Amino acid sequence: MNLYGWLQIILYLVVLLALVKPLGTFMAKVYQGERTFLEPVLGPVERFMYRLSGVNPGEDMSWKTYAVAVILFNAFGLLAVYLLQRFQAVLPFNPQGLGPVSADSAWNTAVSFASNTNWQGYGGETTMSYLTQMLGLTVQNFVSAATGMAVLVALIRGIVRHTAKGIGNFWVDLTRSTLYILLPLSLMVALALVSQGVAQTFSEYKAILPLQATTSATDQMIAVGPAASQIAIKQLGTNGGGFFNVNSAHPLENPTPFSNFIEMLSILLIPAALCYTFGKMVGDTRQGWAILITMTLIFAAFLSLAVWAEQGGNPAFTAMGVDQTQTHLNPGGNMEGKELRFGIANSALWATATTAASNGSVNSMHDSYMPLGGMVPLFMMQLGEIIFGGVGSGLYGMLGFVIVAVFIAGLMVGRTPEYLGKKIEVYEMKMAALMLLIPILLAKVGTAIAVVNPLGLATIWNTGGPHGFSEVLYAFSSAANNNGSAFAGLGANNPFYNIALGICMFFARYWLIVPALAIAGSLARKKKVPASSGTLPTHTPLFVAWLIGVIMIVGALSFIPALALGPIVEHLMIFGM
Amino acid sequence: MKQPQDNRRLLHRSLWSLLAMIYEKVKMTIQTKKVTTVRREMYQRAVVESFIKLDPRAMVRNPVMFVVEVGSLLTTVLWIQALLGQGEAPTGFIGAIALWLWFTVLFANFSEAVAEGRGKAQAESLRKARKDTPARKVRGEARDVQATLSNVEVVSSTALRRNDLYLVEAGDILPADGEIAAGIASVDESAVTGESAPVVREAGGDRSAVTGGTRLLSDWLIVRVSADPGEGFLDRMISMVEGAKRQKTPNEIALNILLAGFTIIFLVVCATLLPYSLYSVGAAGKGTAITITVLVALLVCLIPTTIGGLLSAIGIAGMDRMIQRNVIAMSGRAVEAAGDVDVLLLDKTGTITLGNRQAVEFIPVNGVDAYELAEAAQLASLADETPEGRSIVVLAKEKFGLRGRSMGSSDEAPEGMHFIPFTAQTRMSGVDFDGTAIRKGAPDTMIEIIHSNNNGVPSDLRPAVENIARMGGTPLVVSRNSHALGVIHLKDIVKGGIKERFAQLRKMGIKTVMITGDNPLTAAAIAAEAGVDDFLAQATPEAKLKLIREHQAGGKLVAMTGDGTNDAPALAQADVAVAMNTGTQPAREAANMIDLDSNPTKLIEIVEIGKQLLMTRGALTTFSIANDVAKYFAIIPAAFASTYPVLNTLNFMRLATPESAILSAVIFNALIIIALIPLALRGVPYRAVGGAQLLRDNLLIYGLGGLIAPFIGIKLIDMLLVALRLV
Repeated sequence: MNLYGWLQIILYLVVLLALVKPLGTFMAKVYQGERTFLEPVLGPVERFMYRLSGVNPGEDMSWKTYAVAVILFNAFGLLAVYLLQRFQAVLPFNPQGLGPVSADSAWNTAVSFASNTNWQGYGGETTMSYLTQMLGLTVQNFVSAATGMAVLVALIRGIVRHTAKGIGNFWVDLTRSTLYILLPLSLMVALALVSQGVAQTFSEYKAILPLQATTSATDQMIAVGPAASQIAIKQLGTNGGGFFNVNSAHPLENPTPFSNFIEMLSILLIPAALCYTFGKMVGDTRQGWAILITMTLIFAAFLSLAVWAEQGGNPAFTAMGVDQTQTHLNPGGNMEGKELRFGIANSALWATATTAASNGSVNSMHDSYMPLGGMVPLFMMQLGEIIFGGVGSGLYGMLGFVIVAVFIAGLMVGRTPEYLGKKIEVYEMKMAALMLLIPILLAKVGTAIAVVNPLGLATIWNTGGPHGFSEVLYAFSSAANNNGSAFAGLGANNPFYNIALGICMFFARYWLIVPALAIAGSLARKKKVPASSGTLPTHTPLFVAWLIGVIMIVGALSFIPALALGPIVEHLMIFGM
Repeated sequence: MKQPQDNRRLLHRSLWSLLAMIYEKVKMTIQTKKVTTVRREMYQRAVVESFIKLDPRAMVRNPVMFVVEVGSLLTTVLWIQALLGQGEAPTGFIGAIALWLWFTVLFANFSEAVAEGRGKAQAESLRKARKDTPARKVRGEARDVQATLSNVEVVSSTALRRNDLYLVEAGDILPADGEIAAGIASVDESAVTGESAPVVREAGGDRSAVTGGTRLLSDWLIVRVSADPGEGFLDRMISMVEGAKRQKTPNEIALNILLAGFTIIFLVVCATLLPYSLYSVGAAGKGTAITITVLVALLVCLIPTTIGGLLSAIGIAGMDRMIQRNVIAMSGRAVEAAGDVDVLLLDKTGTITLGNRQAVEFIPVNGVDAYELAEAAQLASLADETPEGRSIVVLAKEKFGLRGRSMGSSDEAPEGMHFIPFTAQTRMSGVDFDGTAIRKGAPDTMIEIIHSNNNGVPSDLRPAVENIARMGGTPLVVSRNSHALGVIHLKDIVKGGIKERFAQLRKMGIKTVMITGDNPLTAAAIAAEAGVDDFLAQATPEAKLKLIREHQAGGKLVAMTGDGTNDAPALAQADVAVAMNTGTQPAREAANMIDLDSNPTKLIEIVEIGKQLLMTRGALTTFSIANDVAKYFAIIPAAFASTYPVLNTLNFMRLATPESAILSAVIFNALIIIALIPLALRGVPYRAVGGAQLLRDNLLIYGLGGLIAPFIGIKLIDMLLVALRLV
């Protein structure tokens, strides 16, 4: 890849890291109930909403109450989205007259959007009415993201508080996340996107004459709609569910290099800044930086692998006489499935970012990547969506890994392990082990079921090699880690995959939220142990290296056999080793 | 890694004897000159034990090794199937895998048996001391041996209950634990402490507790029983050292959960590999699906068998290391807590300073002659049998040629002389004779007395007192008929090397607090000289308790030692409480550890043992998990060799054949357990450095080492298998 490609990647990381501190500080203020500059505008709205819904913002919830509130709220959202889809034909804002969504697809989509996965078994412009998109999907884009942030904040409070019963108020955390963070940011991003030409309209689809007439069609339907507003939150809330079927590869969803930059930035912005918020709230920003550096290093390493694999090109193309040499005019490398306006650098960067965070939106087709290039997004998801990860969920997942890392390292320094002054004991280990286990089990068992039963095998279009296996593994890794990214190449909009993937998404989300909140409750009750020189420091380069080691080893040990039968062997076969 | 000679011998012999047991089924007499018979018996018993421990009901307590046992059974069944001609793989291969899986389980059991063996040997000798003995039970109250003798009935020691009284005379074995009600006697406690020098036990004071099973050497005692049969100190000790009722400690449970988590992950990894393999065979259109034998081999290699197999040995060995240092921990929990201690409360006397202060100077005041002062001081100290008292007599003799008049104890006071003994309430002692009252004591007490007799305090008294205190000495004011004569300078001698010890503790993140009855000035001077972080002066039991509670409220763990009854509340409050074996029964009951040597400095060693225990667990866990990387490189290419031969690119160790690769990994996995038994028993060496440095060092050794070692080991085993034409 040429210098400009690398410069774009570096510029991206610099801008991202520069925004971490201001946004992180702002979010810490929001969650600590402090005054922000938005208070005069939004304060009355916030208070009005509490009055309207009868919420007592002063109530401090125990972890169990908090968990019940989370689950009830999400169950309601899930049901609402399901019903909206089933009845969209008789509801307004349906200029195309789209019919009801099938039961299995509606279940899949409802779970998908409630759980912040945003896996899309359907094609947006051919399935969902404007009302479903806006009232169902866009609303869930906000609240599912806010749910993740709320759970994270509750966990942070568990670490910060000592000998306390409560971990905060879910309704307040949910409201403040949406009102002060997600809405203003979405507004800014949406406006920026509209300025670049992203569609934002309620009008019906446009029929235009093709520039070049073909024999089969005289005119062409151009799908439009209120896209920019949904795309903004889709990126910011690590949702990823596109307005159009091809997601951000669509010219009306992502028209220019600048819109592409904004959208990519939006993917990692909040997850990265939350690390700083975490440091700020626990009273030691070094702790937040240590986690952010851990994430960034793993991210950079895999990004490099993806770029290297894609730029290396495909021997099959060489055999066909395709020129894959890189020049000033030719991006070179494997351009299959990539948009010319983005090229290899921006495609690989997006692919890595969207799977590192549990976003799942795409601007290129991952299925067409080289085996190792495609393995990068696959493995980023399999790591458990903790390299930035989903908004909130990424960091609480990461804290689960931190607990395991601290536990083993703590033993190695000869003390009962403690993190930020809280002892890590039997209960925390149980819950942290659950958090690690569940996504791995779901992804592996789901794939296993799919590849040996006729229902699953029926829609694996890529037969006769390891690629089909990669596609199934990718789908289940995506669902079991609430990412929502699709490798494609697999027919997933059928009852078997809709139901199986729906189950994965459901358990991956809620079976992780409950242990995370349980840890919060347990930590909040504990005393705080003052640090001494015998304490294990958790902000040093050494600890960062150790944490990277633990994450990589758990991820690698869990998935290497599967990867060996998918992308690794495919790579070896292509390159004839 | 340097290993002591005997450990290497252990490793060698254990392997040898295991093989002998299985293949030849002949009980071999092993003759090695250097190994004693006792040792040999211990290891032989451990070998037998490791087979007995195969009982699944016992194995299920350890999830990791239970999975291995199930795997061993499964492969054995497959082997039998293969023998009958329906094998999924070559019979020899399945048989070899099955055999080495059984070895893996046996090696783990063997490590536990060896660890337990050490304790059992000690328990055996303790049990001998606990035999039923006839006891002379006293009816009713008794104060005196003659009165009691007519009032006893002989019963079995098991018939004694709490609060019964019994009588023992010279030569008797004490039938039960108790508190001396009357009498003074010397006791041989070697059965408990291993120390052959007799100790004196008497009613009242801090040396009034006696232990059942010890032997009375002289005089007689009337003892009030403090424990029902089976609950005595010796019984508790036996069950502790035997590890029979060993409860898993909280930290061990937490680690077990983590290991179980990894085991579940790997179970799923291996179980799902079968469908993946089936699909791949279909997709590639060639080869055969992975065999159950290979899946089980892969599973056993991946699950953390190294730490899983050694975990219980590590715990038992930790307790055992305490016992070797003559400390009996009442629970494994206490040993673990020792590693977490943040604050050490150390008694000044005996721990920081040598037990005895010595008189170094007489400082007369108010124009009194030094000779006069020395004489008065000597008279006041004649009956004072404490080292301090004696040092005053000696100093007077050395400096002024005053001969100490020979005096025994206060009972034999010369005509007309009446000695007033020191008590904690009066804080002074002295002598009355011929109408003269000589007193010596703590300055504030003495000044109060002088005041209360309306005598003036000489102007140079306070400066002299303060000057001594500032230098870390203890001033004793001497008065005659409530007139101050002068001050004796008693000097504390700080133990050699103690300052360096505290510096180490500081690096470990442990704060030291010196507890002393001295006044703040004196305490500060000694604290500075000894290098402790803080001190509690004029400590009362209440002040100690308060100090402990304050630290605990701040989330800290506190350790302390104590021996007196007044220490009991603080001991009960402390997280790690070590009672001196010479201490009183209440102190011993309040503590969670008992130091049989009654050496207060041992607290520091106890902390180190606790840390070592945790570190050994952490290090072996890291090692165990890091090992898996190499095993993947050995097994994955081999497992799918028939479907995707191209995967052999990953076999960069160049292992000879798929069979040799898998077998080598399994053999390495089994042998590493045996190789690490010595480390598990001995513990990872602890150095007093900060947490960051410890982590770095251990990560380098056990993390990086764990990553690299199996590559070398597996390759070597593979070469050996090829050389021996076994594959």
